[in-house]
Amino acid sequence: MSLTRLLALILKELLAVMRDPKGRIVLIAPPVMQLLIFSTAATLEVRNVDVMVLDQDHGHWSEELTARIAGAPTVKRVLPADSPDMLRRAIEERSVIAGVWIGSDFTRRVTAGRPATVQVILDGRRSNASQILASYLGEIATRLSLETPLGTQITGQLITVEPRNWFNANLADKWFMVPNLIASIALLVGLIVTALSIARERELGTFDQLMVSPLRVHEILIGKVVPPMIIGLGHITLFILAALLIFHVPLRGSLGLLYGSAVFYLAAVVGIGLFISALSMTQQQAILGAFLFLVPAMLLSGFATPVENIPSWLQPLCDINPLRYFLVVVRGVFLKDIGVDEVIRQTIPIALIAAVALTAAAWLFRRRME
Amino acid sequence: MSEPADLVVLEGVTKVFGDAPPALKDVSGTVRGGEITGLVGPDGAGKTTLIRLMTGLMEPTGGTLTVLGHDTRTDAAAIQSAIGYMPQRFGLYEDLTVGENMTLYADLRGLPQAEREAVFDELLTFTDLKRFTARRAGHLSGGMKQKLGLACALLRKPRLLLLDEPGVGVDPISRRDLWAMVEDLTREGIGVLWATAYLEEAEACDRVLLLNEGEALFAGPPAEMTGRVQGRVYRVEGIGARRTALAHLVDEAGVRDGVIQGEAIRLLLAEGAERPPLPDGARIEATRPRFEDAFVDRLGGGPGGHSAIAAAQDAFPDDDAAMIEADGLTKRFGDFTAAADISFKVPRGEIFGLLGPNGAGKSTTFKMLCGLLRPTSGTGRVAGIDLSRQAAQARGRLGYMAQKFSLYGDLSIQQNLDFFAGVYGLSGRRKRTRTGLMREIFDFDRHAGQPAKELPLGLKQRLALAAALMHEPEVLFLDEPTSGVDPITRREFWMHINALVEKGVTVLVTTHFMDEAEYCDRISLIYRGRSIALGSPDELKRRVASPDQPDPTMEDAFVALVKEADAEREEEAA
Amino acid sequence: MNASRRFVALVRKEGTQALRDPSTLLIAGVLPFILLFLFGYGVSLDSTHTRLAVVVEAPSPLTDDLLASFTASSYFDVTTGRDRRAYEGELVAGRVRGIVVVPQTFTADVAAGRGGTVQMIVDGTDPNTASLVQAYTEGAIANWQGMRATERGSDATQPINLVPRYWYNAELTSRNFLVPGSIAIVMTLVGTLLTSLVLAREWERGTMEAIMATPVTAFEMLAGKVLPYFVLGLVAMTVCVVLAVGLFGVPFRGSVVALYALSAAFLLPALGQGLLISAVTKNQFLASQLALLSAFLPAFLLSGFIFEIQSMPQPIRWLTYLVPARYLIPSLQTVFLAGDIWPMFGRAIAMLLLFGALFLGLAARATKKRID
Repeated sequence: MSLTRLLALILKELLAVMRDPKGRIVLIAPPVMQLLIFSTAATLEVRNVDVMVLDQDHGHWSEELTARIAGAPTVKRVLPADSPDMLRRAIEERSVIAGVWIGSDFTRRVTAGRPATVQVILDGRRSNASQILASYLGEIATRLSLETPLGTQITGQLITVEPRNWFNANLADKWFMVPNLIASIALLVGLIVTALSIARERELGTFDQLMVSPLRVHEILIGKVVPPMIIGLGHITLFILAALLIFHVPLRGSLGLLYGSAVFYLAAVVGIGLFISALSMTQQQAILGAFLFLVPAMLLSGFATPVENIPSWLQPLCDINPLRYFLVVVRGVFLKDIGVDEVIRQTIPIALIAAVALTAAAWLFRRRME
Repeated sequence: MSEPADLVVLEGVTKVFGDAPPALKDVSGTVRGGEITGLVGPDGAGKTTLIRLMTGLMEPTGGTLTVLGHDTRTDAAAIQSAIGYMPQRFGLYEDLTVGENMTLYADLRGLPQAEREAVFDELLTFTDLKRFTARRAGHLSGGMKQKLGLACALLRKPRLLLLDEPGVGVDPISRRDLWAMVEDLTREGIGVLWATAYLEEAEACDRVLLLNEGEALFAGPPAEMTGRVQGRVYRVEGIGARRTALAHLVDEAGVRDGVIQGEAIRLLLAEGAERPPLPDGARIEATRPRFEDAFVDRLGGGPGGHSAIAAAQDAFPDDDAAMIEADGLTKRFGDFTAAADISFKVPRGEIFGLLGPNGAGKSTTFKMLCGLLRPTSGTGRVAGIDLSRQAAQARGRLGYMAQKFSLYGDLSIQQNLDFFAGVYGLSGRRKRTRTGLMREIFDFDRHAGQPAKELPLGLKQRLALAAALMHEPEVLFLDEPTSGVDPITRREFWMHINALVEKGVTVLVTTHFMDEAEYCDRISLIYRGRSIALGSPDELKRRVASPDQPDPTMEDAFVALVKEADAEREEEAA
Repeated sequence: MNASRRFVALVRKEGTQALRDPSTLLIAGVLPFILLFLFGYGVSLDSTHTRLAVVVEAPSPLTDDLLASFTASSYFDVTTGRDRRAYEGELVAGRVRGIVVVPQTFTADVAAGRGGTVQMIVDGTDPNTASLVQAYTEGAIANWQGMRATERGSDATQPINLVPRYWYNAELTSRNFLVPGSIAIVMTLVGTLLTSLVLAREWERGTMEAIMATPVTAFEMLAGKVLPYFVLGLVAMTVCVVLAVGLFGVPFRGSVVALYALSAAFLLPALGQGLLISAVTKNQFLASQLALLSAFLPAFLLSGFIFEIQSMPQPIRWLTYLVPARYLIPSLQTVFLAGDIWPMFGRAIAMLLLFGALFLGLAARATKKRID
C-alpha cells in the first residue's frame, strides 16, 4: 500500500466534497436544520397549553382550584365554559387539550369534609401530552387537598411519593435531544456523503479514471472510507461544542470514551453508506437508498421513543441499528458518566456492524466493477 | 422557382448569461426554405443557444430574431406551432415506446386523428422503425433514437426543422441515412438547420453559419469559404517519417497549418507563400481545399510543431517490443457478445486506432485492454504485463484520457494535477517538477485556482492530457480524445501525441471521428463485436477504391467496409 | 379541441411513465408501506413495559401488598430487591428506568397513621419517559391507597380527586394518532418529493425542452403534471387508510367524504410545492434535497404529528403556520378517532386551499415557456 497514493485520494475526496456546491449543501444544511429545528422543536414536553374549566359550582373551592390550574407553569390560559356543550366542542375542535368539569356540589362536599370528585376530559388524539397533563393536574389537586378541612385532618395518613430525577433533575428536553443530535448528525451526513461518493464518480466518468490508475481496490476503498469518517468526527466535535457552549448540557463522563466509540460508529455508518453507493448507479438512487435506510434507523433507535416500546418481533431490526447503541453511549457519557465497561458493551455490536457492512461493501464494490 | 424565402432572419443577435462572456456576440444570418443550413462550430461555440433562441425558448439579450415572419420575443407560440425541433438528446421519453412517443407528440402538435395513420405509417417507413413500434425508446440504439427524434419533429410537416447536433454519438452510416432523409425534406421546401461540430458535414450543406466562441466567422455557401484557401492547400507524399517531418514543416515560414493524412501530410500555405523546402523523394501537389482548411486559416493558422512535454521526457529504448497485445479477447454480457476473439499487437512507438460505430465493441475492447473490464476469455497485455495477473502494475505504466471530460470538476487545475501525481505515486521533488512543468507547458497559471468544470473546453482538454501524462507513461489510452473540440486545440493535442510517439510512447485510440483515424499508423475496424479489417488508413482506403470512387475518404472506406461485412453476414445466414 | 387533447396526451404520458418508472414505485409504493409499518408497529410512545426496580428495605405483609399492586400493573416489568444500591448501576446502564424505594420505616409509619413516604428515583435522561414513569408510579400508589381505604371503610382518601377521562382514545394507544399522521407524511412524499423529482428529471433529460417547443401552453404542462400525481396521491392515501384500519386496527369514526375532502385539499399545496421546487432547481439532486428539507422534515417535525407545537419556542411556532401538514394532521386524526367535526375541517380546508393557490400560483409563474 502506498501512502502517497492514499493521501492523494483522501485529500481529493475531502476537496471534492467541500468544493462541490451539492456537497456543501449536504455538509451544511442538515446540521443547521438539526441544530435549529430538532433542538428546539422536537419536544414532547407539555407547555403553554389551554385548559377549559366548566365551573357549575362557583364556590370558594372551585374558584380556588381554577386559580391553581391557571397558575400552573404548564398552563397558558384557562378558558371558562358556559355549558357542557361548549366544553365538548372545545375538545372536539382541539381548541383546548383538557376540560375540567367541576360539579355543582363541589364546594359543599369539600367544606363538609367529604371527598369530592372532579372530572377531567382529555383529548385522546394527543394521548401522550394528555397523560402528562393529567399527572400535572393531579399534582395540583393533591396539593390543594391538603388545605381542605378533610385534608388537614388526614394529612398524616396519606402516603406521599418523593420523586427524584437522576441525571436530569429538571427533565430538560434539550439535555436529551442535543446528545441525540450528536449521534444522528453523524449518521445523516456520513451516510449521504459516502452514498454519493461512488455514484458521483460514476456519473461524472471519473470512476474509470480511478480504475485505470495503479490504485488497488482496497486503496480506493480506504480512500472512500477515511474522508467521510474525518468529516463525521468534525461534525461530532462541532455538535459537542454546541452542546456545551450553546445548550449547556453537562458533560459528566469521559470524552475519550465517546470519541473511541465514535470511531467504530462512523466506520459502521460509512460502511453502510458505501454499500448503498456501490449498489446505486446514479446519485438519485444513492439519495433514495440512503433515505430508505435513514428513516427506519432514526425511528427504531430510541431517538424519539424508547426502544423497549418496540414490539419484540421488531427488536432484531433494532439490534442491527448502530445508532441505537451509539445513542446510549452519547447520552451516557454526557449525562450519566457511564464507565468503560458499559461503553465497551455498547461498542462491540457497533464494531460488528461496521465489520459486516465494510466487508459487504468491499465485496459488492469488487463485483460491480465487472 | 424564385429565390427561396428567408425562414429565419438573425440581426445582431447577442445572448449573455450572467457575468459570463457573451454566449453569442452580434450574430447575423439567414436560414432559407428548401435548403440545409449548417450551423457549424466546435462545442461551446453557441450553437445550442442560437437554436433555443430560434425556438423562442430563450430571449435574446440584444438584436432580433424573426422566425417564419414572427418575432421570437413576442410571438413564440406562433413559431412553436409551425416548427419542428429536435434537441440534443432527442427529447424522447425513455419509458415510453416508439409508438407512444409518436402519439404523444402527435397530440401535442395537434395532428388530426384522420391523418394520423397515414403519417405514422409514412414516418415509420421513412425512418425504418416500423419493426420497433412497441419497443421502449430507452432500449433503442443511438441511431434509432435519433431517427425517432426526427420522426417526432416531423409529425406535423413543419416549415422549418431545427436539428441540434443530430450526428453526435451516431456512426457514419446512420448519419448518412439521416442526411438523406433531411435532403428529401428540403425538396418539399422545408428549411433545415443542422447544427454540427463535424466540419466535414459543413461542406455538404447548402449554406453555412460558422460559429466560434459566440461569434459568426462566416455566413454563406461553404464553397465561398473554401474558395478563400483555393490553391493554398497541398498534399505531400513520400516524405518518410511523417510525424517528424510535419513537426518541422509547420514551423516553416509560410506554412499556416499541417495535418497528417494517412501516410501523407496536408499543408495549408499562407497567401503568396513559397512552397516549403522538402527532402528528396517527397512529392507535393495541390489538392482540393476543405472547409476545415478555411476555418483554420480564418482562426489564424495551426499551432507550431514543438512539444515541450515530449522534449522534457527521455526517449524509451528503441526496440520493437509489443507494448499492447490483445490475444483472442472476448467479452460476453449474458447471451450478448460485445467483443469476440479480438487479437492484435501494437509495437512500441505506434499509434493504433480502434474504429467503429457506437455499440460495436470498440469501447469494450478498449476497456479490456486498460483493465476496466475483465475479459470472458483471452488475454490482454500492456508493456508485456498480463492484465489479469498484475493489473495494478500494468496500470502504473499507462496513461488514460477519456472523451467525456473525466477530471474532478470541482477541484482546481492545481488540485487535479496534485491528485493525479499522487495517485501515480509521484512525491516530493519529482511531483513538484512534473506538476510545475505541466503548468508551464499548458499555460495553466492564469486559471490555476478556478474549478476545472468552469474552464473553457480547450483548457479542459489540455488538463486531461496533462493528467494522463503526469507519470511519463509508456502507453497511452485515448478514448475519443478530441471529439467536439475546435480544430486548433485538436492540432495542438496531436502535435504532443506525435512528438511523444517519436520518443517511443505507444498509443491506443478509439474513435468514430474520421480525422482522428487519419493520425493512426494502423486501424482495426470493429463492427458487431468483431474486427472486420486491419491495416493502415491508406491500405483501408485503397481496399475500397473503385472506378466510381477512385479516391475514397476514410469515411467512405468505413461505410464500404461495414456494408461489405453486413453482406457477408447475410450470405452466411442464407 | 386541441387544448383538451394536448392535456389528455400529457396526462396519459405521465401515467404510463409513472407505472414504468422504478423510482415512482419506490416513493409511491414502497416508502409509504415502510412508513406506515414503522408507525404502526415500531414507534410507540406507550411505555407499557417499563422496567422498574422496587426496593423494599423491610418486607412486611403491607409492603408485599404494595409490591403486588406493582407487579400486577401492565405498565411495569418489575424486579424486586432489598438494597437500592444494587440497582443504581442498572439505572446508569439504562437497564431500569426507575427505582421505587419503600423505606424501612414504611410499615411502621403507615400502621401508626403517619402516612409514610415512598422514594422514587427516575432516569431523567429521557424526560418524556421519565414523566410517564413518574405519573404511572404515582397513579399506582394512589390506586393502592384508595383500594386499602375502601377495604377498611376509611376516609383516608384524597379529598379532591381528579378523574381523568380520555376521549376518542380511551386505551391511550399512540398508534391511533401516529398512523393517521403518517398518512399525511405519505401524501407529502408523493405530492412533493415524487413530483419534484419527476419534473426535474424532464429538465435533466431534455424532454422538457422538446415539449416546450411544441404548441403546448404552460398551463397545460402544469395541469398535465398535477392531475396524475393528484390521483396517485389519493390512491396512496386510500391504500394507507385501508391498511390503517384493517391491519393496525385504528378506528375510523368520521366519513369517507371528509377524508377525501381533506386529502384533496392537502394535495394541492403539496403538489404546488413539488412543482415549484423542480421549476426552480431543474435538477434531481437539488430537488430531492429541497423536497426533503422543505416538505418532508417540516411535515414530520413542525406539524404536531409527534411533537407538541405549543411547547416549541415562539419563532418556531410561527414557522409552523407555513407548514401545510400542520392543518391536515389534526383533522386527519380527528376523522379517524373523533368523527366529522366540520367547523374544524372547514378551517383546515380553507387554509390548505389558500396555500394550494399560493404554491400553484408561484409554480405557474416559475413555469414559463422559457428556459433561461
